[in-house]
Amino acid sequence: MRVTFFITCFNDTLFPEVGQATVRVLERLGHTVDVPLEQTCCGQMHFNTGYQLETIPLVRHFVEVFRDAEVVVGPSASCLGMIREFYPRVAEVADDARLAEEVRLLLPRTYELTEFLTDVLKVEDVGAYFPHRVTYHPTCHSLRVLHVGDRPTRLLRAVRGIDFVELPAAEECCGFGGTFAIKNADTSIAMLSDKLRHVLDTHAEVLVAADTSCLMHIGGALSRQRTGVRTAHIAEILASTEERK
Amino acid sequence: MSTVYIPMLSFTDAAKTALADTQLRRNLGKATQTIRTKRAEVVHEMEDWQGLREAGRAIKERTLRHLDHYLLELEQSVQRAGGHVHWARDAAEACQIVTRLVQQHGTSEVVKVKSMTTEEIGLNEALAEAQITAFETDLAELIIQLANEKSSHILVPAIHKNRSEIREIFLDNLAPEHVAGLTDVPADLARAARSHLRQKFLSAKVAISGANFAVAETGTVCVVESEGNGRMCLTLPPVLISVMGIEKLIPTWQDFEVFMQLLPRSSTGERMNPYTTFWTGVAASDGPQEFHLVLLDNGRINTLADEIGRQALNCIRCSACLNICPVYERTGGHAYNSVYPGPIGAILTPQLVGTEHAASLPFASSLCGACYEVCPVKINIPEVLVHLRAKVVRQHQKERRVHTYEYQEGVVMKALSYIFSNRRRYEAAQRLARIGQLPFVHGGKIDALPGKLAGWTTVRDLRPVPQQSFRDWWRKRQAQGGSTAEGVRS
Repeated sequence: MRVTFFITCFNDTLFPEVGQATVRVLERLGHTVDVPLEQTCCGQMHFNTGYQLETIPLVRHFVEVFRDAEVVVGPSASCLGMIREFYPRVAEVADDARLAEEVRLLLPRTYELTEFLTDVLKVEDVGAYFPHRVTYHPTCHSLRVLHVGDRPTRLLRAVRGIDFVELPAAEECCGFGGTFAIKNADTSIAMLSDKLRHVLDTHAEVLVAADTSCLMHIGGALSRQRTGVRTAHIAEILASTEERK
Repeated sequence: MSTVYIPMLSFTDAAKTALADTQLRRNLGKATQTIRTKRAEVVHEMEDWQGLREAGRAIKERTLRHLDHYLLELEQSVQRAGGHVHWARDAAEACQIVTRLVQQHGTSEVVKVKSMTTEEIGLNEALAEAQITAFETDLAELIIQLANEKSSHILVPAIHKNRSEIREIFLDNLAPEHVAGLTDVPADLARAARSHLRQKFLSAKVAISGANFAVAETGTVCVVESEGNGRMCLTLPPVLISVMGIEKLIPTWQDFEVFMQLLPRSSTGERMNPYTTFWTGVAASDGPQEFHLVLLDNGRINTLADEIGRQALNCIRCSACLNICPVYERTGGHAYNSVYPGPIGAILTPQLVGTEHAASLPFASSLCGACYEVCPVKINIPEVLVHLRAKVVRQHQKERRVHTYEYQEGVVMKALSYIFSNRRRYEAAQRLARIGQLPFVHGGKIDALPGKLAGWTTVRDLRPVPQQSFRDWWRKRQAQGGSTAEGVRS
């Protein structure tokens, strides 16, 4: 299958290894990856912070870049959530029927990575090997916007060598919330401190999620407190193989 | 104009104080956790819960679509059953109506059933100005009234207090005969409150209540409660005045079938609440002989005009969204500076009072969506939050107060929108970020940022922007003929 890869601006700029890992997994499974370099940003930050009019050009640009793709796959539950949940609304705000129609046609071909692997490619064992103690934080938008359910943990449990441990109170928000972490920094930190406690309780070495933005928030504090726990995007775990370890 | 309690302090600032209150944090954490668990148990045992939620949403939506029709039907039904109906445009008008009615009966004391609507209009304060004392009879409302505080939860107004604090409030404020030998055992505390209130129930000439529901076809009003104090107020005094938001009505008696399953399970985590009182006008020689229903707008019609925001009017005040909210659990209700706190307050209050008077509330959420998931009438709270954020942002952009953070944020966001909507500009920004960050990178980390961004680095490190973006890697890889292994960090 020819997969058009939506890297997301966040991963492109800050976490290129997530993109590289995704490419590696998809190619290992025998698919061709295409990266349109014209792509930029989905507009999630703008929309969620209240800048709806400013989101419109970003949505137009996204649709223009990806309209001819067979499937669009991205490694971020919140960006994909933005597209699926709010792109139709942005088209409405823009009062643009053509944009609305293009969005309508594009949405069914747009997938978050773990959805794509389990639902479209129908794989759970992607041939990965990761001999570490790992816990998984189901990010809010993966759970409650995309409803990915246990897809990510099914993929993780199929990884050879993994010591997978459940995270207590996993479904509770980590406190990131995009600009919420800046605007209401104190409340965000109060939420984060409980998440950290639960992560440490698992004695995991690696905290995994399907969204690097939440991981940047949790991982930033894990690093500051010198906890000895690191974060990794699920694609990085799935990309690891015995040969390269 | 609505005159709801208008926030003076932003949520952000009020939250700072609340978050530092260790007793509050412990009380709230424990209480919300307990109610959450109870709710989850009784909801999960319902096989058709999602169907019920959908039915609840659909009934509310249909009612709101034909509100004009149902309101007039309700008025006729109440009048037919011997009740009186009053219409109040805003809080001031509602308070005037109630005060006048109490005065007409020549009394200076009223007993009250727990009611969010009368809190919304500031009724107790208005009555006090007319030298009328209102006695709250709900245990938690009584605690709050005696402590001279505001409630911090829709259903459990004293959720921020633990039982030893409540004991102290009673010792300080109740007559000695009611609190002799008082311990902090809940049953003991309830006994003291009962002893204090019993005479009030028996002597009061006028009772004031809110309403959970009113049925348009029959004129029946309904109050759902746990303690039985409501039943006393609704049946003993000869005069009953009920203040109800116009969105609380349901078309038919049969609609109770849905809401009586949704409400107790979502609010107290019970299959059925202990006391549900229904009354239809007045009945000869039984219960109150005079009944007044005050129908309140106070910003609701404006809310109804907003296609996205109007779903906030579906709310049946169960408070499941407060109990599940990770923000509310940590800050408590007072930080919202709003009669309606928590997620529902964050979307309802700005619409009732105008976003300009509650501009920080739509941002008091991480948009985690837990509230939407538990809402028994499927109010998409995150959707309304971002909708209201957009209203606040548009207001700031219009006002152009150039020295404010809000205005400057708008300038940055506009610029980012321009930069991100074009590949060349976007890639230039990536290069600029790599250079611009250099003064802040120490030992491979960014650990201190200036201005608002310091909110991030006070407790979190930030990884610097790597020298090679994904697209740079991809371009290089394509130029070399494309090999999966190239450059991948394992």
